[in-house]
Amino acid sequence: MATRATAIEDVRTGEVTQAVYEHPFVVRLCHWVNAVSLFVMVGSGFQIFRAFPSFGAKIPQKDLLDWPKALALGGWLGGALQWHLTFIWIYIATGLVYIGYQIFSGNYKQVLFARRDLPGVWPMVRHYFFFGPKPLTKEVYNPLQKHAYTSAIGLGVLSVLTGLAIWKPVQLSWLAWMMGGFHLARLWHFLIMWAMLAFVFGHLVMVVLHGWNNFVSMLTGWKKDPEYDAE
Amino acid sequence: MNSRIDSCQFKTISRRGLLKLTPVAVLGAFAIPQLQKPLLKGGLRFSDWASTRLFRSGHLAPTFTDSDLTPFEKFPINDYDVDDPEVDLDKWTLAVSGSVQKPGDYTLAQIHALPKVTQNTRHVCVEGWDVIGRFGGVRLSDFLKTIGADPTARFISVECADDYYESIDIATAMHPQSLLCYEMYGQPLTREHGAPLRLSIPTTIGYKQAKYLTHLKVSHVLEKVGYWEDQGYPEFYGL
Repeated sequence: MATRATAIEDVRTGEVTQAVYEHPFVVRLCHWVNAVSLFVMVGSGFQIFRAFPSFGAKIPQKDLLDWPKALALGGWLGGALQWHLTFIWIYIATGLVYIGYQIFSGNYKQVLFARRDLPGVWPMVRHYFFFGPKPLTKEVYNPLQKHAYTSAIGLGVLSVLTGLAIWKPVQLSWLAWMMGGFHLARLWHFLIMWAMLAFVFGHLVMVVLHGWNNFVSMLTGWKKDPEYDAE
Repeated sequence: MNSRIDSCQFKTISRRGLLKLTPVAVLGAFAIPQLQKPLLKGGLRFSDWASTRLFRSGHLAPTFTDSDLTPFEKFPINDYDVDDPEVDLDKWTLAVSGSVQKPGDYTLAQIHALPKVTQNTRHVCVEGWDVIGRFGGVRLSDFLKTIGADPTARFISVECADDYYESIDIATAMHPQSLLCYEMYGQPLTREHGAPLRLSIPTTIGYKQAKYLTHLKVSHVLEKVGYWEDQGYPEFYGL
């Protein structure tokens, strides 16, 4: 899927640069709303976890870690539940709008990791981690990026499903059963959050490395001088 | 190359693209202290509404075999105040009031006279832990029939010897697994576990399952919801 570029002529110098409209409005909106929701869900999730920081028995209780209160949101269990149970609806709604938009607009082809992206994985890994030459691409996202974003969307879906299993282990007992029971669902929910945080960490590192021009594209939609070969 | 524009036009469309994101700032309302409380209350109310929609009267909570049971000594005793509110077990009665045909004080013998139910069910605490226990008692629905509870009533409220109080909606109360529980693991309730009578409702969260019951009221409106709910916990926490 080659990306179409627009030529921009500087009114003073007459110099021509390329720009690509990378991120449609709905995607940008969902991205930033979701950034806030994820922050609240993780923060309040840590406060909820502090009420019973273990995945074992209640008696005897062996705490897994003493998560600092300063890195938690809500002040106490009840407060954190209010944040969690409020932002979950924003989180779900954003996810549904995003996935729905991607499917109906066809924009998913830009993001979804597909079989044809497989051959491009190794050259990109060589470039990122072993100082190999930068492979030429014609798309907004390279194969590794697609892999990361597709995984993040999958983790988002799983975080909701595991959360539902914990919230409603009786009414949605089949969901809890699929996860190995209520007890394990809680562990999955926790691990999926860490996987999501690992994605966010990598994502932020790449944003910093790629600089302002790249960052602006998630605000305005446009990227000037794209690093890939647009047509 | 498809189109060509000049840098002034580009600036305008870029700015427009940015301005379209202003709706995100609405989320900032959550950071304003005066708005935060009502917003979170609204979110909680929506969650409670969703919970009531998900509740199905005919859907049974999972039951377990005896080998799945958490050993009795590892069944947590979770109190907000004292383990033993020193109930006088000999003089104990359950005071029944509200929209019922037969209000008054009911003895444990009167409750024992109803059909007995024993079930191995999961007890889930809002803190995140869960245990599987063996509970024996009578169906709350049978007791409500005995006292002639108004079928149009919406809530059951209970008060406890340790000043704890709780309420449940009528649909949860009428569920076949909702018990007035007087036995755990085949033995009469110990004082720490709520002697002589507690609620055991496997379709709802632990803090709803009050111990050391002293009063039971059937009503159409709730004056207060529950000890924890009145401090901010979800009002309807069906599992």
